[in-house]
Amino acid sequence: MLLDGVLRPLQRARRCSSSAILATLIGISGLLVAACSTGAAKEPDTSNNRASAIPLPFDSTADDGQWVMPAKNYASTRFSALDQITTANVANLKVAFTFSTGVVQGHEAAPLVVNNTMYVVTPYPNYLYALDLTATGSPVKWKYEPKPVSASQGVACCDVVSRGVAYSNGRVFMNTLDGHTIAIDANTGKEIWKIQLGDINKGETITMAPLVVKDKVLVGDSGGEFGVRGWLAAVNASDGSLAWRAYSTGPDSEVLIGSDFKPFYGQDQGKDLGVSSWPPDAWKIGGGTTWGWISYDPELNLIYYGTGNPGPWNPEQRPGDNKWTSGIFARNPDTGQARWFYQWSPHDEFDYDGINENVLLDLEIRGQMRKVLVRPERNGYVYVLDRLTGEVLSADAYGHVTTSNGVDLKTGRLRTVPDKSPRVGVVVRDICPAAPGEKDWEPSAFSPKTGLLYIPHSNLCMDSEAMQANYIAGTPYVGVTARMYAGPGGNRGELAAWDPVHATKAWTIAEPLPVWSGVVTTSGNVVFYGTMDGWFKAVDATNGKPLWQFKVGSGIIGQPISYKGPDGKQYIAVLSGVGGWSGAVVAGKIDPRDQSAALGFAGAMTDLPKYTTKGGMLYVFSLP
Amino acid sequence: MCFRFREAAFVAALFLLALLVTSCRSGHASTAVTRELRVCADPNNLPFSNQQGEGFENRIADLIAKELHARVRYTWWAQRRGFFRNTLKAGLCDVVMGMPAGMEMTLPTRPYYRSSYVFVYRRSSGLRLSSINDPILRKLKIGVQMIGDDFTNTPPAHALTARHIISNVSGYTLYGDYAEQNPPARIITAVANGQIDTAIAWGPLAGYFAKMQSTPLEIVPVSPASDGPLPFVFDISAGVRAGEQELRDEIQKVLDNKQTEIRRVLESYAIPLL
Repeated sequence: MLLDGVLRPLQRARRCSSSAILATLIGISGLLVAACSTGAAKEPDTSNNRASAIPLPFDSTADDGQWVMPAKNYASTRFSALDQITTANVANLKVAFTFSTGVVQGHEAAPLVVNNTMYVVTPYPNYLYALDLTATGSPVKWKYEPKPVSASQGVACCDVVSRGVAYSNGRVFMNTLDGHTIAIDANTGKEIWKIQLGDINKGETITMAPLVVKDKVLVGDSGGEFGVRGWLAAVNASDGSLAWRAYSTGPDSEVLIGSDFKPFYGQDQGKDLGVSSWPPDAWKIGGGTTWGWISYDPELNLIYYGTGNPGPWNPEQRPGDNKWTSGIFARNPDTGQARWFYQWSPHDEFDYDGINENVLLDLEIRGQMRKVLVRPERNGYVYVLDRLTGEVLSADAYGHVTTSNGVDLKTGRLRTVPDKSPRVGVVVRDICPAAPGEKDWEPSAFSPKTGLLYIPHSNLCMDSEAMQANYIAGTPYVGVTARMYAGPGGNRGELAAWDPVHATKAWTIAEPLPVWSGVVTTSGNVVFYGTMDGWFKAVDATNGKPLWQFKVGSGIIGQPISYKGPDGKQYIAVLSGVGGWSGAVVAGKIDPRDQSAALGFAGAMTDLPKYTTKGGMLYVFSLP
Repeated sequence: MCFRFREAAFVAALFLLALLVTSCRSGHASTAVTRELRVCADPNNLPFSNQQGEGFENRIADLIAKELHARVRYTWWAQRRGFFRNTLKAGLCDVVMGMPAGMEMTLPTRPYYRSSYVFVYRRSSGLRLSSINDPILRKLKIGVQMIGDDFTNTPPAHALTARHIISNVSGYTLYGDYAEQNPPARIITAVANGQIDTAIAWGPLAGYFAKMQSTPLEIVPVSPASDGPLPFVFDISAGVRAGEQELRDEIQKVLDNKQTEIRRVLESYAIPLL
């Protein structure tokens, strides 16, 4: 019971959060959730006729039952049009087959399914498996081992994860932790080309899933924790040659800002802002890495992707907006030239990377059809942007936010709260959301049938406290230590069904642990997600009612998918294998007694080792 | 001054080699009559250690091993985030030769030396720096080393921030480019070749590399010794895994008995000692 998600109607949630606001201690968070749930018999607000059927843009509803990119389609809806599994029969779901990956670090990837073959990529050492779905038990067809250099493990900030691979035109494209991008023959598993984009000697790793747009493979870097400079690269799919590379800081010529660049807001207009919004030369090690998601609008011919937080100076040492960090770029995929930019968190002080998923929808906003980009952002707001121009149409909190007071829709600027800025030698309490944000990289899913965006996220606050001595490369240093804990309500996570038109929550499910898995939703009106203690769950897309759950071997931080097998049946697949930043106390052998480990996240996860152990395993489910 | 390693993979190869050697060894226990002192160390970070055994921590490890009638065996791992977790705590090796005495991750010996952050500047500059409160710091080009995360930084980086000394400060990542030799040393060469007027760097690194430059450099400890809660002076200990008291005590005994020799080693690397 303690670890069961608790369906929580909204009215109820408010009452619980106000009464429990003082009780933010980690150990009793589960109890609080349980307490909140008792008597919460009130039905959730299911009268969401506000949200009605919304067709997906640029015909991405056509679904051949395959899953060729982690986000399912260029709009990044993670919506499957398959409808055999329904709210009525999902309770009968059974394991169809399983597969052990042989790797025990955090498994964040989505499997792909193309031509009756499933492709599964693991964390370091980044094995790529092809499973033959036409054979009984789906045996391994081939295994590709890229053999990344072992030193890359010491460079990865937050576990040695991979968020997936991409398929295009008979090839699988993958990134390795040690900074390589590789094209592999999807049929034979033979390497076609392999190039180095990132340099681990400079702290660069690659953990994101590439996206293939036309003839280009798009790849971004990780390593903001090591003072690297972020970039997005486009590689020619045919031979691996570099087509362009756009940096996230520095002069316009290197950011690929030219005459096409038409940002909506004044603060983003001007020459070389990637230099002038920093103290001299600070941009050279300024961060803005691009380790998250890319979406693509083929009609506008624009890609959309976010940039990570600035660093590594203390914020007072880098006055200015620190462009182009913690924001979003729209670019022409052919040339890399920027079209517009919007900054979620100018001069970020909280580690709010702006790299989350960008869901492209056509929505009626205030009586007008708009081509929009919906972004549940780390800073705590769901943004609806006009994806032609970068204008903010709305930005509404989907969790407890103390670090800012909303977004000024006239200027587009976040209204920050100076009192919450962490400062060296000063204790600052109740910083919400904590550094992982209201939501980290784990992607949400949108159903055109319900009009709702299903957002897996955290509910964590943090205190920044006294300094602690540490040691790197023979040099002692000191830093503010962070301590994270559950936010109001006592639950550390939540699955929220968000209506992007009316900017309201239709329903929520409180989860004791941060929800660090992706989400998939289907035409059968089912939403699937996983929890860090290892429950794979199905709930009703309309009202959040729990329908089915299955306990897998290790906590889930992977991205579920839905596909049609060679037998014509609908399958649901997900990788289990806890880890990542949130799961470092299990996968990374971090001592849970060290509350400030994993940049303070360990303190909020001390109980995780009680509920799960590590181990990578694929689970595939179907109806009998 | 930096020649490039052929490949980044070099370090990794060394690490793998160490692993292989270790595992092979356990298969031939009968031939291993000599005791081993298993040391976790960075293969590319003078003056502390390198895989040629040229660092002062290499020397002190040798000295301890000799007294314990043991042979030193290294596990090489770049000393970055996760170093302690991946080496000492993973059981690949048993002792780390240097770390701040107050760090909680290990069972430490008593400190065997004390050093300070120092100003490094060209003798020819006519500067006389020692105080972190000297108003001239607002005008000089200053270099500090960056750790990589907001709010975790070297003490001088924090101290300059607190004084709003910003636009004249350059950051050098402490990690540097690991394909170069001794990557943290770049900040000292930047002083010698005039890119910056002064560096404020950790004493052992500064003392050793200042001496290697053809331009004469001054090394002056930062005063006062602390800036509020921010220390510029650190005591450095060796450390073993928590719970391994016996080994710690053995090492402690050598450190106690060999104080004079150890001091001589440290002085021969031009380490500013307090």
